[in-house]
Amino acid sequence: MTFDVVRVRADFPILSREVNGHPLVYLDSANTSQKPAQVIKAMRLHNERHNGNVSRSVHTLGTEATSAYEDARGKVAAFVGAATPDEIVFTKNSTEAINLVAHSLGQHLALKPGDEIVISEMEHHSNIVPWQLLCERTGATLRWFGVTDEGRLLFEEGLINERTKIVSVVHMSNVLGTINDVSQIVEQAHSFGALVMLDCSQSVPHLPVDVQALGADFIAFTGHKMLGPTGIGVLWGRYDLLAAMPPFLAGGSMIETVTMGGTTYAPPPARFEAGTPPIAEAVGLGVAVDYLNELGMEAIHQHEQDITAYALKTLSDVPGVRIFGPATPEGRGGTLSFGVDGVHPHDVGQILDALGVEVRVGHHCAKPTCARFGVPAMTRASFYLYTTTDEIDALARGLDHVKKVFG
Amino acid sequence: MMLDGLYQEIILDHYKHPHGRGLRDPFNGEAHHVNPTCGDEITVRVSALEAGELSDISYDGLGCSISQASASVLYELLRGRTPQDAAGIHEAFVALMQGRGQVEPDEDVLGDGIAFAGVAKFPARVKCALLPWMAFKDAAARAGIDVSSEVTA
Repeated sequence: MTFDVVRVRADFPILSREVNGHPLVYLDSANTSQKPAQVIKAMRLHNERHNGNVSRSVHTLGTEATSAYEDARGKVAAFVGAATPDEIVFTKNSTEAINLVAHSLGQHLALKPGDEIVISEMEHHSNIVPWQLLCERTGATLRWFGVTDEGRLLFEEGLINERTKIVSVVHMSNVLGTINDVSQIVEQAHSFGALVMLDCSQSVPHLPVDVQALGADFIAFTGHKMLGPTGIGVLWGRYDLLAAMPPFLAGGSMIETVTMGGTTYAPPPARFEAGTPPIAEAVGLGVAVDYLNELGMEAIHQHEQDITAYALKTLSDVPGVRIFGPATPEGRGGTLSFGVDGVHPHDVGQILDALGVEVRVGHHCAKPTCARFGVPAMTRASFYLYTTTDEIDALARGLDHVKKVFG
Repeated sequence: MMLDGLYQEIILDHYKHPHGRGLRDPFNGEAHHVNPTCGDEITVRVSALEAGELSDISYDGLGCSISQASASVLYELLRGRTPQDAAGIHEAFVALMQGRGQVEPDEDVLGDGIAFAGVAKFPARVKCALLPWMAFKDAAARAGIDVSSEVTA
């Protein structure tokens, strides 16, 4: 069956609006994706019919809400191939998921001076700063893989060694679009007894991800980049590791029993879900997962590969445009950053917006990646299951206009 | 197109042919400001008073057309002014930028700065226009020159 992008687009109400008098061309899905009517409707229905707090009510509404929340956990678990739904911890976003691991795993491993944590130069700030803070707290040392001129991870022998305790790298770069083959990193880290976390914020929404196949110990991703709502993120972790880790945030719902003298903690995932969680958001995320499953992640990925190939060719034909990251669709996703000669990305983005073309400009919360390519900022177009070749053409026409204004 | 209000010819001219750009010695106060949301940055140097005037203002930076043109206009407007005059112009420019497009600029005070009136209608870009002006204020303070409007008003 061929992928019917027209039918897909009909499910997304926002795609029919205009921006500044032009049809919306939404090329910022790596920032946040749009939501299909199915997700919007399911969240509204939950709030209209089933709203109650979870895990603490004997009444009907509370029971319905709890069951909806746990159903969503089950859907997410199945979506990434988790061994059990108990390996899925709902967080606020990917950032909180990574911070959770940096705190709780850091404490569990009792990191100390001499220990090392390995990341890379193509990380989002959310996969850099939590580890910098962990190193400050414990005296451990932060080390990182570099990035090649082509935007690939530069695998350096010896960087992962017997001192390494945690390796945390991005699965797909939010700037360069690079999809990292992490198998070598996972294998090497495990051979030295180190644990591996992957930032899958950009990969889980766009390609089939199976945690068993990846072989990592933790992954983080977020609802709003995969057709779900903002306010909900996901940490997947191996159950035995989660079960050994101390809590991160403390409060209601994460306890086993509390006395004034001390507290014992609930098993995962409740241990890591202190306070009232994002319930309607979990319901929305569950429906987003249903939507993705119905289309099939392979088909979605193939559609984005086709769009990416078209965009790489189209943009490389625009004089004065420099593409950062892999130049061919192999081993990369549909996130494409570029520069326009002599024009600052802010100005590029502003002029494109006047034409209804929405792209992201700036450092993309990845300043070290921009610095690696010698620029303070980039313009980024990012694609999803609803992106069309017509929209890529609109981007190229917009870039011609940018050059006219600044010519 | 609604961008006409933003990218005035005057702004594009200052961007393509900036006035007074480049860091110069000697100077008495320097400030480096960054816009954390976009990574744009600027360094502004202020030289001490000669005959009661700001003898030089020099700057260098990386940024969009709005922030870089704004630095060029700042140089034109404030160099050679007394601290009191500079404070008045500074205040007028900030008021224009924070006026959400409702403030009518006075060309006698702001000169080429009136071209930025349209920027005030783009909330995401106001910070760009103000970046050099805020750096200038800090650099002047470090040079021991008070250009705060509170004192001179």
